[in-house]
Amino acid sequence: MEISAIENSYLKHGTKYKGILGWLTSTDHKRIGLMYMYAIMIFFLVGGLLGGLMRLELFRPGQDYITAQTYNAVFTVHGVIMIFLVVIPGLAAVFGNILMPIMIGARDVAFPKLNLFSFYIYIFGAILAISSQFLGKGAPDTGWTFYAPYSTDTNTNVVAAVLAAFVLGFSSILTGLNFIVTIHRMRAPGMTWFKMPLFPWSLYATAWIQLLATPIVGITLLMIIAERWFKIGFFDPNLGGDPILFQHLFWIYSHPAVYIMILPAMGVITEIIPTFSQKRVFGYKAIVFSSVAIAAVGYLVWGHHMYTAGMSVTARWFFSLLTFIVAVPSAIKVFNWISTMYKGSINLQPPFFFTMAFIFNFMIGGLTGLVLGSLATDIHVHDTAFVVAHFHYIIFGGMGFAFLAAIHYWFPKIYGRMYNNKLANTSCALIFGGFTLLYFPQFIIGLQGMPRRYFDYLPKYEWGQVFSFFGAIVLGIGILIMLINLFKSARKGKIASSNPWGGKTLEWTIASPPTVENFEEIPIITEGPYEYK
Amino acid sequence: MLLQVASNFVEGVDKAFFVIMGIGVFFLVGLTTLMLVFVFKYNKKKHPVALQIKEKTYLEVIWTVIPLIIVGFMFYYGYVAFMPMREAPKDALQITAVGKMWEWNFIYANGKESKKLVVPFNKAVNLKLVSLDVVHSLYIPAYRIKEDVVKGEPDFMWFIPSQKGRFDIFCAEYCGLRHSYMSSEVEVIDEAKFNLWLSIIEKKSNKEEFPGFLVLKNNACTGCHSLDGSRLVGPSFKGLYGRDEVVLTNDAERNQKVDDAYIKNSILNPDADVVKGFNKGLMKSYQTVLKEEEIQQIIEYFKTPDEK
Ligand code: HEM
Ligand SMILES: [Cu+2]
Ligand SMILES: [Cu+2]
Repeated sequence: MEISAIENSYLKHGTKYKGILGWLTSTDHKRIGLMYMYAIMIFFLVGGLLGGLMRLELFRPGQDYITAQTYNAVFTVHGVIMIFLVVIPGLAAVFGNILMPIMIGARDVAFPKLNLFSFYIYIFGAILAISSQFLGKGAPDTGWTFYAPYSTDTNTNVVAAVLAAFVLGFSSILTGLNFIVTIHRMRAPGMTWFKMPLFPWSLYATAWIQLLATPIVGITLLMIIAERWFKIGFFDPNLGGDPILFQHLFWIYSHPAVYIMILPAMGVITEIIPTFSQKRVFGYKAIVFSSVAIAAVGYLVWGHHMYTAGMSVTARWFFSLLTFIVAVPSAIKVFNWISTMYKGSINLQPPFFFTMAFIFNFMIGGLTGLVLGSLATDIHVHDTAFVVAHFHYIIFGGMGFAFLAAIHYWFPKIYGRMYNNKLANTSCALIFGGFTLLYFPQFIIGLQGMPRRYFDYLPKYEWGQVFSFFGAIVLGIGILIMLINLFKSARKGKIASSNPWGGKTLEWTIASPPTVENFEEIPIITEGPYEYK
Repeated sequence: MLLQVASNFVEGVDKAFFVIMGIGVFFLVGLTTLMLVFVFKYNKKKHPVALQIKEKTYLEVIWTVIPLIIVGFMFYYGYVAFMPMREAPKDALQITAVGKMWEWNFIYANGKESKKLVVPFNKAVNLKLVSLDVVHSLYIPAYRIKEDVVKGEPDFMWFIPSQKGRFDIFCAEYCGLRHSYMSSEVEVIDEAKFNLWLSIIEKKSNKEEFPGFLVLKNNACTGCHSLDGSRLVGPSFKGLYGRDEVVLTNDAERNQKVDDAYIKNSILNPDADVVKGFNKGLMKSYQTVLKEEEIQQIIEYFKTPDEK
């Protein structure tokens, strides 16, 4: 009987086409979400291998395996892939697509065709990004930040990379728009705003950032192209432009973009903790308001990336003050998560282990963020390995671990099968241990003054690079074990019940995997999302 | 200590750091312990039924207000240590720091130029920051200071060296191929020694007075092409004119004597003939950058034999 759940599910039924075409032409939000997931995993592996290549080169000072030019191209693609192809779409495009409609009791998103279209824009952008490596005069070497005037001046194939980021921005905007309309218009009867689960809430806050902030970077990227092709002087001082203007425009988007990555991650964590504690989430409204506060105030702190860029003193301290204030809602969330565990009945399953690792990493990332938000200390550690460690703690240690937690949490729902628990726990331990060994030393050598984006370095920083290299290896092994476990289980794993963890949100009330229509009958909502008894 | 303590700013910066990290570690350890305690104590096996507790508004108010106060403190420490960095004393020694791809050059009031930043012990120094090309960032870890060096937007940084000795200078803002080699040193010496050092201005060789030499310098050609025969990104300029090079033209090897036409073509179409052993695609065409006259000056400079 349970096998038939898989036979009846969206995995087997889609459009009129069979096989791969049935996936590529499907407007089913679950299929689109899964396609995003496979694409993102491939890009993540490519980006990760490039990261490993950098670590290998940095293992010893001096030039060992690749040239400086190649190194610079490698960290540029690594950054472009990880930021624009992996973490920005990341949770929203994958789990937002697969689960958000179900969690609010809808059959699909508001504009299913637009949703598929966004996916193809994403793929088109990805192809552009990858081809920038091979076409034209050499792979781009500007870093993912494309700082002018270097980016308007270098000989390499910057236009293709910039265009890729521009195209990917469209995909992000359209997904955001789709989610906003879906959440406004398609909640099940009775699901008021404050009866909506917190993962959809976090996606809602994120979607507004996507919609409002992405156009700014879009225009900025076009300005670079205009400058390169038509010699219009926006940023290049040789043409009468202002290089600092570029940095402002870039960070007005890219700081909020940090929240595009982390808010859905917080949302995932907020779903997992109540389920595995069998407890109502502590401070539902506080979590909602802090998401919205982060999204709103997050717009106003971009200047903290530019403390050394010659802004006026007033601007510098004002950005610092706002940065400290925006840290508070994040802290509140941590308090809420931990107090949700208090007096719960905690079921230590793989998603929960990933969640604990998330909380720990996120605290380190956040607390070191305070060092970067503070004026005096940031002047010292800005543009050093300390920053590299900080953003990897937030992006990988935070968003990345939340992604892994989410896969392990919703895996039985998505595939109707279970993975091997022991292997999942082992991979979690290896990934956490490897990650720590990889990035923690970077904090210390950063404090010692090791600048970032350095192909070569002084011998006094070598010890940290050696630790990081071995950390990367452990991390890689952990990821490999996890992928093997998940891939095997998706096809051969034990059949899962419709609610293996005892969750309360709507996705756990329907079959695993869901049918194409999700719900036979749209449920009528009478109580909040986490009403454990 | 992890790091050298060598300027007037170190104390304030390190204090802000210890305040922030101290509070940070306290919270990290506290919250992690709490989480682990909960996980053990309220484990399903020991605690099979969860207790649904009511939300306590006073708790939420407390843990909003207390962090706000704490970050206020953190902000304050960072602020007071930072503000003096932007207020240089009027009588500070003025030095111009010029950043270009990929070297630093320090120019003193009397016209003396140096690749190393030599400064007197315990005297305020004010660096005027000038870039000739892209954004660089002058960073002295032992002094805890850093400021971007941006073309068209002169900026400054200042410090009082509180230790004699030599300290690293790095470029912290990514600026292209040799970014990680764009380093130098501060050398702090007694004032008397400094004054002596400052008064000795090496006479520039005649060749360095050529207009062509200035063109090379100002366009950062010398960032990739050394003048002393050492190998950088491109072939050295030393003994260039008249040299026999093996070049690749459309992937075919051939010999080429360096003459006027070859030099000009190498400036305008760098990828047309690439000297064997060097890479294509690294040098851009200077078609729109250099005037014909300047190219002639460069050639004139190359033609002049080195003196000695
Ligand atoms: C597989 C594990 C990874 C390794 C070994 C790795 C390694 C590195 C290294 C060596 C750098 C260059 C540091 C420098 O600027 O000097 C770097 C930069 C960066 N990494 Fe990773 N990384 C990994 C995973 C990730 C992930 C998962 C993300 C995002 C989700 C990420 C995002 C970035 C970004 C944004 C940069 C900055 C790029 C830039 O400076 O332009 N990395 N990484
Ligand atoms: Cu930011
Ligand atoms: Cu640099």
